[in-house]
Amino acid sequence: MVNRIVSFFTSLRLTVVCLSLALLLVFIGTLAQVDQGLYVAQNRYFRSLLIYWSPKGADWRIPILPGGYLLGGILLINLVAAHIKRFTFTKKKIGIFLIHAGLILLLLGQFATDLFQVETHMRLSEGESKNYSESDRLNELVLIDSASADHDQVVAFPETALREGKQIRHPQIPFTLQVKRYYPNSRLSRRAPMVDTDLPPATQGAGQQLKVQPAAVTAKMDERNVPSAVVEILTPQGSLGTWLVSGFLDELQSLKYDNKTYQVGLRLARYYKPFYIELIKFSHDKYLGTDIPKNFSSRIQLRRPETGENREVLIYMNNPLRYWGETYYQASFDPNDPRVTVLQVVRNPSWLTPYLSCALVALGLIVQFLSHLVSFARKSPGKAIPGKGPAKGPIRKSAKGRGVEEAAVPVGPGEVASFPAGSKRRTL
Amino acid sequence: MKKYLPWIFLAIFAAEALVALRPRTETGLHIREFGKLPVLLNGRVQPLDSVARNSLLQVRSTQTVPLEEKKAWEFWKHPKKLTATAWLMEVMMRPDLADERRIFLIHHPDLLSELKLESKGVENSGLHYFSFNELEPALDEIQKQGQRVSEIESELRKPFEKQVIKLHSGLILYRRLKNSLRPETSEDFTKELEAFRQAVPSGVAAVKAQAAGKDYDKEAFDRIVDYLGPYDMMARFAYPLIVPPSHASDSHDHWSNAGVSLMDTARTGELHPAMKYYAAMANAYRVGNPSDFNSAVEEYRSWLSQRFVAELNKGKREFYYSSFQPFYRAMLIYLVAFLLGCASWFNWSEALRRSAFYLVVLAGVIHTAGLVSRMLLEGRPPVTNLYSSALFIGWGAVILGLILERFYHDGIGTVVASFIGFITQIIAHNLALGGDTMEMLRAVLDTNFWLATHVVVITLGYASTFFAGFLAILYIIRGIFTRTLQPPTAKALTRMVYGIVCFATLFSFVGTILGGIWADQSWGRFWGWDPKENGALIIVLWNVIILHARWGGLVRERGLMNMAVFGNIVTSFSWFGVNMLGIGLHSYGFMDAAFYWLMLFVASQLLIIFLGLLPSRFWASFKGTSNALTPGASSLKPGIVRKPDSASVGA
Repeated sequence: MVNRIVSFFTSLRLTVVCLSLALLLVFIGTLAQVDQGLYVAQNRYFRSLLIYWSPKGADWRIPILPGGYLLGGILLINLVAAHIKRFTFTKKKIGIFLIHAGLILLLLGQFATDLFQVETHMRLSEGESKNYSESDRLNELVLIDSASADHDQVVAFPETALREGKQIRHPQIPFTLQVKRYYPNSRLSRRAPMVDTDLPPATQGAGQQLKVQPAAVTAKMDERNVPSAVVEILTPQGSLGTWLVSGFLDELQSLKYDNKTYQVGLRLARYYKPFYIELIKFSHDKYLGTDIPKNFSSRIQLRRPETGENREVLIYMNNPLRYWGETYYQASFDPNDPRVTVLQVVRNPSWLTPYLSCALVALGLIVQFLSHLVSFARKSPGKAIPGKGPAKGPIRKSAKGRGVEEAAVPVGPGEVASFPAGSKRRTL
Repeated sequence: MKKYLPWIFLAIFAAEALVALRPRTETGLHIREFGKLPVLLNGRVQPLDSVARNSLLQVRSTQTVPLEEKKAWEFWKHPKKLTATAWLMEVMMRPDLADERRIFLIHHPDLLSELKLESKGVENSGLHYFSFNELEPALDEIQKQGQRVSEIESELRKPFEKQVIKLHSGLILYRRLKNSLRPETSEDFTKELEAFRQAVPSGVAAVKAQAAGKDYDKEAFDRIVDYLGPYDMMARFAYPLIVPPSHASDSHDHWSNAGVSLMDTARTGELHPAMKYYAAMANAYRVGNPSDFNSAVEEYRSWLSQRFVAELNKGKREFYYSSFQPFYRAMLIYLVAFLLGCASWFNWSEALRRSAFYLVVLAGVIHTAGLVSRMLLEGRPPVTNLYSSALFIGWGAVILGLILERFYHDGIGTVVASFIGFITQIIAHNLALGGDTMEMLRAVLDTNFWLATHVVVITLGYASTFFAGFLAILYIIRGIFTRTLQPPTAKALTRMVYGIVCFATLFSFVGTILGGIWADQSWGRFWGWDPKENGALIIVLWNVIILHARWGGLVRERGLMNMAVFGNIVTSFSWFGVNMLGIGLHSYGFMDAAFYWLMLFVASQLLIIFLGLLPSRFWASFKGTSNALTPGASSLKPGIVRKPDSASVGA
């Protein structure tokens, strides 16, 4: 039994099957991006154990394909197991060993990236300075206590906490938030005095003059879901009223309780840093007479109070700033405002692994194929003259040869010996 | 005779190429000299000849304008035709003549009837060509339709609507060209410019006075406004920027179009020298005075040589590059070589095989020269866009083929090389119809290091995967339809396919990883499951699957061949298919007509795989040999030949 399991996990057949499924998966996952968008398709196909299918409207589903994690995992086991079982360190196999070691590193590294990488962005106008970056798609409900003079106390709840009817509590907040309404994607508009006669969404704050329209959740690359929610503030003394919080509202709204003022709002999740980045100048050139961007660059000032660090950095295309375990890339700009830059901020503890694994695999491939090429060149019928019979043709040598041929082509017994004489003339 | 045949073939084609390269003296109008003049368009300095060629390609899908039509098969006829530059000269200087030229291509029958054009124009091989004058009554309708369609997302446009847009933008381009040197209604442009210059001081004073609400010279005011109306229109619409930077302190990129330059004259009172020379050319051309025209061109060239030597040389070099048409020339030679190579298998003629080989070498040299010229002109590595990737895939395949031919001397390398060379040139030719193929690179791609490493390596990966696939096709076709696939040939082909798949794995893997590293460098994501990345990954996976299936004994000779043919499908998806998905960060080319061709190609490959799967009794080459000898070895039971430890013997 153990033997069977071992031979299952070490078999090349398993490798081929998994790789074929992986190919299928990548293909389907690529096509799916057209309808589902990159992010959704990526989660569904590549960052999953199984891929399910269910008919339209049905509430059951069946797994139809292994997902990226499962396939990657099996391939990893397969690779490691095969190497443990057959590992002999000979000169001939050093290339193979390097290739697979590199692949193992690549798979593990990408898995780690998947788990630990955080991608955010920092949007800066010239002269503006920030010590945080924002998520591209995650939102948070924040409550800020600004009582202290030198710092704000920020309590943030992820968007996933916003479920209608749910109550949100936190030890640092003396009241409870009751989620009355939640819209994963929405549009806000101003209430028209005569037309909109229904009740406003909220009794307090900006929501009294606004109207919320739910929108379909989008998966497109260039669109973003802007959530809104209506929350009621419940204190031991009773309700303070309801507030409309929304990703559309730039300003936080204030509420007073127990002689303290709190700010409340729903905004893109923030990631704070121990340093400030100020945009000095954003440049964006186009080629003369075209709309083709020639270059983008952001000249920034990096200030870190605790170390006294204070320096100027130029971030431009293909030349990011690596700092504090994060990398800052020139990512985008605001088509409506030439003074605004958008920097992509990436924290990825395993960013180096692809570099290492690439080096390992490339080295392995080169060693391996060079050694084949040498034997291939040595064996090939260099000066053979076509039409002069099989004696100088490739077949004699190759059938008895070593290396590629022996390994790759299972030769039937007696195959060479029994060539019919008639084939001579036609040998190329 | 037989001995000399290869050399004769080589001599004929080499001589033809050399003749095309010889320096020429022009009698009459120096059209070629005019074509070499540098201008700035699409963000780069280029000769007027390139402006002409690319415009004509966009409008008419050809690089010349035939003055009389002939049928495609009447190859002995050589109707007179206008070169691209000669056509551009007419458009810019004699628009009345140009309006008669049939340059607008329409082939959608619905559009023809909608615009009531059935009885007009000329027809050639199902394509209808119309002159501007013939389209004139339909202009309003075209404008209306064009407006309507331009609001539809380009991916959602139907063929009819695409045709409308193409015609609409062709007409806009044509009108812009007509107003690129002089207002199209102008008569004696030199005189007009001089009068304009003299009208400037009093005219400007009058305009200023009028604006300030004071008394002003009405006559001077009207005169200057009469000039400025058309010039202002030119400033907005003139297409190439023909006027070089006026001040020595200006950046060399600071070209302007004729209209902008004339509006500058209204400010400074000075005519730019380039405008004077162009006006002189236009006048001489209009009255049919070649010697005045030629001397105006010559004087302008010598004026340019004071400060714009680099631009002059760029214009000259690109002119020679485009008029030599290296890739078109190579394409024809590849075709001949392919036919000779195939023929050599039927009569086993060594002379034919050598002829084919020599011709592929010649075509390869021309192909290489073309690629190198492009690189020098652009100052870039060989692959910068989809067009050049086609050229480079062809080149990579040709080099591989030539190497194989050196080893095997059996015509296989030559035939596959010439076939892929030919096909990729045709693809490139069609991709060039979009316009300028040397467009500037957008900021994120503007890095020679990654273009030279990632892009080149991954393109070689495409080339070698295709090469293996076409070798496999050869195996199947020869095996099924001819008796020429004897065991030694089959064995040789197997080894070739195997070896090339190994190469393909190396290139596609390293190329893909380098792409990831580039992505990590430029937007912080080693892998983002972007369609283009996935396409590359699929190729790597497929090559790796082939190799492992082979090592594991899961497939043998014919299985290997069928898998290699499937590699063609995988590669074509990655090369073209993903661009058609219309999403992703690096879609560097989007074309839709190509979709049908891609589907056709996929279907053809599936058909070949189907043939490859036929039992060996259907294979002409395997008939009459005992089953044990068939390379497919379908009768061999796996158990007999299975290696004791298949995984450990692999590569």
